[in-house]
Amino acid sequence: MRDFSYLRAGSVDAAREAAALPGAMLLAGGTTLVDLAKCGVAEPETVVDITHLKGLDTIAVDDRGATIGALARMSRVADHADIKSRFPAVSEALWQAASAQLRNMATIGGNLMQRTRCPYFRDPANFPACNKRSPGSGCSAIGGVTRGHAVLGTSEACIATYPGDLAVALVAFDAILHLGDRQVAVDDFFLPPGSTPEREHAIEPGEMITAIGIPASAAARRSTYLKVRDRQSYEFAAASAAVGIEFEADGRTIRDLRVALGGVATKPWRARAVEEALKGKVLEPEVVRQASLLAVEGAVDHGANHYKIELAPRVVARAILKMGETA
Amino acid sequence: MTVHELRTRPGDAKRGDASDGAVLADQVGGRLSRVDGPAKITGAAKYAVEQQLEGLTYAVLVESTIAAGRVQSIDTAAAEAAPGVLLVLTPDNFLPLRTATDWLGTPPPAVAYCPLARSITFSGQHIAAVVAESFEQAVAAAALVKIAYDEAPAIVDLSDPKAGDGIAVDAMTKEWGEAETAFASAPVRICNAYNTPREYQAPMEPHGLIAKWQDDQLTVWEPSQWLDGMARTYAEWFGVPFENVRLVSPYIGGGFGSKAFAYGYGAVAAVAAKMLGRPVKLAVSRPQTFTAYGGRAATRQTVALGANAEGQIQSIVHRGVNETSVDGMWVEPLGSVTSVMYATPNFSSRQNVVRVNTVVPGALRAPGENPSAFGIESAIDELAYEVGIDPLEIRLRNYAEQDPHAKKPWSTRQLREAFAAGAEAFGWSKRTPQPRSMRDGNQLIGWGVAAGTYPVRRAYGEAVVRILADGSVEVESSSIDMGQGTYTILAQTAAEVLGVPAENVIVKLGDSRYARAGVTGGSRLAGVMTGAVHKAASAALDQLVGLAISDPASPFHTLQANTLVVANGRISSPRGNGPEVSIAELLSSVGRQHIEAKGDTMPANSTVEDRYKNYTTIAMALPHTEGDYSRHSWCAHFIEVRVDEDFGTVRVSRVVSALDSGRLYNPKLAESQWKGGIIMGIGQALLEEGIVDRRHGRIVNNNLADYLIATNADIPDIEVISVGIPDPHSSVLGGKGVGELGIVGVAPAIANAVFHATGKRVRDLPITLEKLI
Ligand SMILES: Cc1cc2nc3c(=O)[nH]c(=O)nc-3n(C[C@H](O)[C@H](O)[C@H](O)COP(=O)(O)OP(=O)(O)OC[C@H]3O[C@@H](n4cnc5c(N)ncnc54)[C@H](O)[C@@H]3O)c2cc1C
Ligand code: SF4
Repeated sequence: MRDFSYLRAGSVDAAREAAALPGAMLLAGGTTLVDLAKCGVAEPETVVDITHLKGLDTIAVDDRGATIGALARMSRVADHADIKSRFPAVSEALWQAASAQLRNMATIGGNLMQRTRCPYFRDPANFPACNKRSPGSGCSAIGGVTRGHAVLGTSEACIATYPGDLAVALVAFDAILHLGDRQVAVDDFFLPPGSTPEREHAIEPGEMITAIGIPASAAARRSTYLKVRDRQSYEFAAASAAVGIEFEADGRTIRDLRVALGGVATKPWRARAVEEALKGKVLEPEVVRQASLLAVEGAVDHGANHYKIELAPRVVARAILKMGETA
Repeated sequence: MTVHELRTRPGDAKRGDASDGAVLADQVGGRLSRVDGPAKITGAAKYAVEQQLEGLTYAVLVESTIAAGRVQSIDTAAAEAAPGVLLVLTPDNFLPLRTATDWLGTPPPAVAYCPLARSITFSGQHIAAVVAESFEQAVAAAALVKIAYDEAPAIVDLSDPKAGDGIAVDAMTKEWGEAETAFASAPVRICNAYNTPREYQAPMEPHGLIAKWQDDQLTVWEPSQWLDGMARTYAEWFGVPFENVRLVSPYIGGGFGSKAFAYGYGAVAAVAAKMLGRPVKLAVSRPQTFTAYGGRAATRQTVALGANAEGQIQSIVHRGVNETSVDGMWVEPLGSVTSVMYATPNFSSRQNVVRVNTVVPGALRAPGENPSAFGIESAIDELAYEVGIDPLEIRLRNYAEQDPHAKKPWSTRQLREAFAAGAEAFGWSKRTPQPRSMRDGNQLIGWGVAAGTYPVRRAYGEAVVRILADGSVEVESSSIDMGQGTYTILAQTAAEVLGVPAENVIVKLGDSRYARAGVTGGSRLAGVMTGAVHKAASAALDQLVGLAISDPASPFHTLQANTLVVANGRISSPRGNGPEVSIAELLSSVGRQHIEAKGDTMPANSTVEDRYKNYTTIAMALPHTEGDYSRHSWCAHFIEVRVDEDFGTVRVSRVVSALDSGRLYNPKLAESQWKGGIIMGIGQALLEEGIVDRRHGRIVNNNLADYLIATNADIPDIEVISVGIPDPHSSVLGGKGVGELGIVGVAPAIANAVFHATGKRVRDLPITLEKLI
């Protein structure tokens, strides 16, 4: 039996200290960590339980924005009245994620840190080659089953999709992660695989996410998260889009636009080219559709995931047009 | 050991709603709620691997990571040295077992049986097993077993260039007329290929067992659709008498065909238990359920339909292929619906099986009929568009008035009634025929229809009915309830015959010590067991009335009646001119503790061997075309889909199905089973597919996050309409099959609706978004 030590942290500082130990891992809701331990992917030496830490599950919303403690459960954040009204895309990304049982258990800190669903990554016994798991071992996915793999941000070392939904909404609205002493923009927090796919986040040993800050904006207030998948519920995105829009006083000309993609990229993917192409334009369906094609500029497919290149711009366009309709 | 008995609750045995007419809930045909429901909902129901046994040990399987080749060596040293490890089983130290008789009753070859393989024919094959004091220790040690292989090239699936055409299965050939010539000269011809992928039963309760030996007596707690068949297998493996093996399976968390046999892991657990002299639990993990036994084989069919300009079929030429394993034989009968659904003067169906590196495929809800219907029911829809007539109308024009293959009349066939009732309730007449002609914003709307059928499989059954001193009744059978309602309908049957409230009937199932039973598969159990219980209960009633009339101590003795009435648990004379006493009072006055009767529906001259064969193999099953009739249940599905025109996502928004299962023993439970079949069919049509890594020959989505089955959000309201009438040729009480029928025809109805919505014909299941985008 693989023994590990279990530590229940009494304070954030104690948790961070313990997390700096070699082989230590934080335990929040456990829905990713326990799952990966069962697959033989996560093999912690020390499990640092942070679920009892006080004050890390608060949700505070004011005119400047929202601050959400890392231990707030997905379901609570999704249901929060002010999140729903001021950041609808965040609420929608959360309630369309996973299942009710998982959302009741999982925390938003853990949610951001969830790992890829690449089937090769999750099955070390059968597929020893995986650069993300063991650097330099190769990539089993390339040349294999790639229906769910990324078309954006890939490298020769890894084409794994970042599977989460919440982070997509967060990059769209320039959210900031609080890592104790320092803060980092969500977009910078998630790293593209490049030649080091094992390094997924700009987080150092001994750091932990304590809170997420989302600045208020008109675009966030008028936002949506559109998730497309074969199964109506309880499935990761084939493609998704978080979109927020702000119009000029005329109610038609786009002043501010935020677009991010999920399910198609190696990290939550901000589609700035689409935003730039449409800012200052009048919202017209054909213009939006054309501009949305920019979302997949530079996309590379691996056969079975080719459909994502077709699908993603359509999801973006639909989401933008839907936000326009409510003008 | 707890006794598995279920009593109906007071209050259930009231009249149902208006729809059940005059039938009381506790009679056959009444809408009694599932008597096992509360135990399951409250968690009181204990499933096989939840048994707590003294000294329990835990076994974990080690599986091959290659799809073809040989095991060169197995290094068990590290695993053996790991904490808590009691035993590492490999082919080298496995107890010598004998090969067992198969389910068809074929005498086994005199070769040894070892479920742990040296020769590898699929990825996920069992090679070794580790037994330890705890589950976690066994899991950790299993990872330490080091296996070296000589790898060989694998044939991955049917599309593998190395797969070839396979082996012709002559027994599947069905031919009449001159099919190929008639097709060639038909004015209208269509010919297309239809494919279904590997699909899995994915029951809520994964497989597994606890095995325990006491001297040479083996007890196995294992979810089972066939206690006596599995007990026989265990007995023959170990060379002990059948009576020495006891299978216990009071509750089953879904089987769908996958729990009818003892598989290799069962032998592993039983051998380990014998070697250790301690009980062994072996829980098959969810990923392992994809290779520890087989799901539905992948299939390919070509269906050629030749017709005249009015859409009347002149010829059907059908060719089918299914995959099987390298050394096992599974035939998925692909011509089964093709050959009975429509009248045609010329017909040819042939089938091949192709060996690929997979676990041997197995039964999954309506094996054969399910993929067969996808072929023919898609093809007839294509023909309807080709000749320009309504898809419902073309089915009526080709209606088979008798079994076109057996050339016998149907026992009953309410398919025309099903089409009429379904079309009416669905509003089919409002359909606009052109593809893409119905929409709602971005949603393309499509309406599709397809028919389904399943043969009535019959066998003989046996039951014990006991009237106890307190007037309550016990029914015993080693048959099972995997959710389909056996506990409930047998209580209703005994209650009706014996004139007692259903809540006074205790039904005991799922223990091979009880009266024997054949397989619960092929939708046969309800018909078989209601017949057997009816017979046993009638015999018990005869004894009761006989005692009441003739026993000198009976209050009825002086009445000199030759019959008495039993109703509501009380006995009286038909004219009401004598005493009225409760069953308990009568038994007490005549000094009897109980009355017991065993009933079976075997032919009178059956030998002991016949009986053994009937309950432990399917060799005695009666063909559905035996005698003067062809017996089937029938259905028609009307389905609405909404397809997002940009995203290609398909959602089923409405289902109306009309079904003919003959007489329903309990309409409420039959409706649930039909709906369950339809729900599974929706998953099959849109989501389910075992995805193989072609380089490794391995299923990569072997878990329930990645192998998608329908969730509640995928399922709309489903309306089911019963159009059946009692069918005396199909079963004692007039019912036909229920469980498998509902799924047959759902996938083609959806594919047809998708065509109507989009103009795109998808002939490869599942219909995922990239096929429509
Ligand atoms: C079947 C299934 C389906 C799912 N579907 C979806 C989906 O559709 N969309 C979606 O977005 N998600 C989905 N998920 C993922 C799910 O949302 C995550 O598992 C969950 O959010 C993780 O949160 P947790 O609190 O349980 O994290 P844990 O499992 O406790 O932790 C996850 C990881 O984060 C680390 N960690 C936890 N908290 C912190 C912290 N404060 N600071 C730094 N590191 C931390 C842990 O060490 C661990 O490595 C699915 C999961 C499953 C199992
Ligand atoms: S895609 Fe990335 S995670 Fe998947 S096998 Fe390749 S390296 Fe590993």
